Amino acid sequence: MQAYLAEYLPILIFLAIAVGLAVVIVAASLLVARQRPDTEKLSAYECGFEPFDDTRGRFDVRFYLVAILFIIFDLEVAFLFPWAVALGDIGLLGFWSMMLFLGVLTVGFVYEWKKGALEWE
Amino acid sequence: MAEVLYVAQTVVIVLLIVVPLLLGVAYLTYAERKVIGAMQLRQGPMTVGPWGLLQPLADGLKLFLKETVVPSGANRGIFILAPMVTFILALIGWAVIPFGDGLVLADINVGVLYLFAISSLGVYGIIMAGWASNSRYAFLGALRSSAQMVSYEISIGLIIISVLLTAGSLNLSAIVRAQEGLWFVIPHFPMFMLFLASMLAETNRHPFDLPEDEASLVTGYNVEYSSMAFALFFLGEYANMILMAAICSILFLGGWLAPFGFVPFTWIPGPIWFILKICAVLFIFIWARATLPRYRYDQLMRLGWKVFLPLSLLWVVVTSGVLVAFDLLPR
Repeated sequence: MQAYLAEYLPILIFLAIAVGLAVVIVAASLLVARQRPDTEKLSAYECGFEPFDDTRGRFDVRFYLVAILFIIFDLEVAFLFPWAVALGDIGLLGFWSMMLFLGVLTVGFVYEWKKGALEWE
Repeated sequence: MAEVLYVAQTVVIVLLIVVPLLLGVAYLTYAERKVIGAMQLRQGPMTVGPWGLLQPLADGLKLFLKETVVPSGANRGIFILAPMVTFILALIGWAVIPFGDGLVLADINVGVLYLFAISSLGVYGIIMAGWASNSRYAFLGALRSSAQMVSYEISIGLIIISVLLTAGSLNLSAIVRAQEGLWFVIPHFPMFMLFLASMLAETNRHPFDLPEDEASLVTGYNVEYSSMAFALFFLGEYANMILMAAICSILFLGGWLAPFGFVPFTWIPGPIWFILKICAVLFIFIWARATLPRYRYDQLMRLGWKVFLPLSLLWVVVTSGVLVAFDLLPR
């Protein structure tokens, strides 16, 4: 167990160095460069005129739909990973159970398609 | 004492990866401008240094000396954090990339899964930037960008599954070794083409650079950024390109392996082959940018969901079916 986790230590060190580098780059620029903010400079960019209101209002519901579809299919991909590696050991039963699963998923996919969930006009 | 030595050694190796990578990123921007210039019968940057060779450093220095503007309506913390997240994620993917036989920082047994997870997290930097900026263009750009990235991630995942079926391992070095007889680009050629297109979409590059659509969104999610915060996005984006090129070389082009296993080719060491392959894939990135017009957003989503997804899913079924039927599975 200890040796198994030790493989991940270099990644942790890499992460620490990457974080340090990112912080140093931004902080050094903040210290070195001249900072002279004013109201006009700090207002959000909106092609010349004053921003009307807060941006976090409504947006197209289809972005939610994409996110939901993504969750379904990404889980499917995550589910396929161990299957793909172990296929040599699990034999025909493993193969056909995954085909059944993919079949069910494809039915759902065809339904989405027919319902127009994938349309962007 | 042994632990300290081990940590120090790892730090040195990490720096040996990160420093050339950042230099590579700087000169990738130079190469991009030069190659596109040549394709358009221009010279590209020529002023700073001989043949403009110092141009990337001058650009970096200029950005470094600029003021860091944080818009008044923005969430300050998240606004500053977003480019850092993008940059960090673009770097740490390199921890598992094998540069040669045994030349890898962390030879973990789930390397592919790690890379897949890191590239999935890439959406966070962009959505955080778009949300925290509190600016319309940034917000719209972030929405488009994240929808596009998650859509193409599915096809990338399914393409990776096809490769895994033939390689029989999640370890990147093992995947490269599995290609000793035959690079996967030959049996999986259609998937190789899909992977090239998907990686352009995943890194928000031409012809799928809808998030940065200059004409309608100014530059998308990073419109409010300046100075080094902007530079981190830029570095992150290009480091991601190089990472995707490396993944593509490992999955399909045999990583560090020479194209033929006999003498004049085996004289050149593995890491050189690996870098040459990365450069070849990066050239495709640049070539696509110079050649292809930008897609419309509905075309982009249709391509991802209605073409790439069914095709790559079908290929997974076909590959596994053939491997099971003819008893060709590894091990």
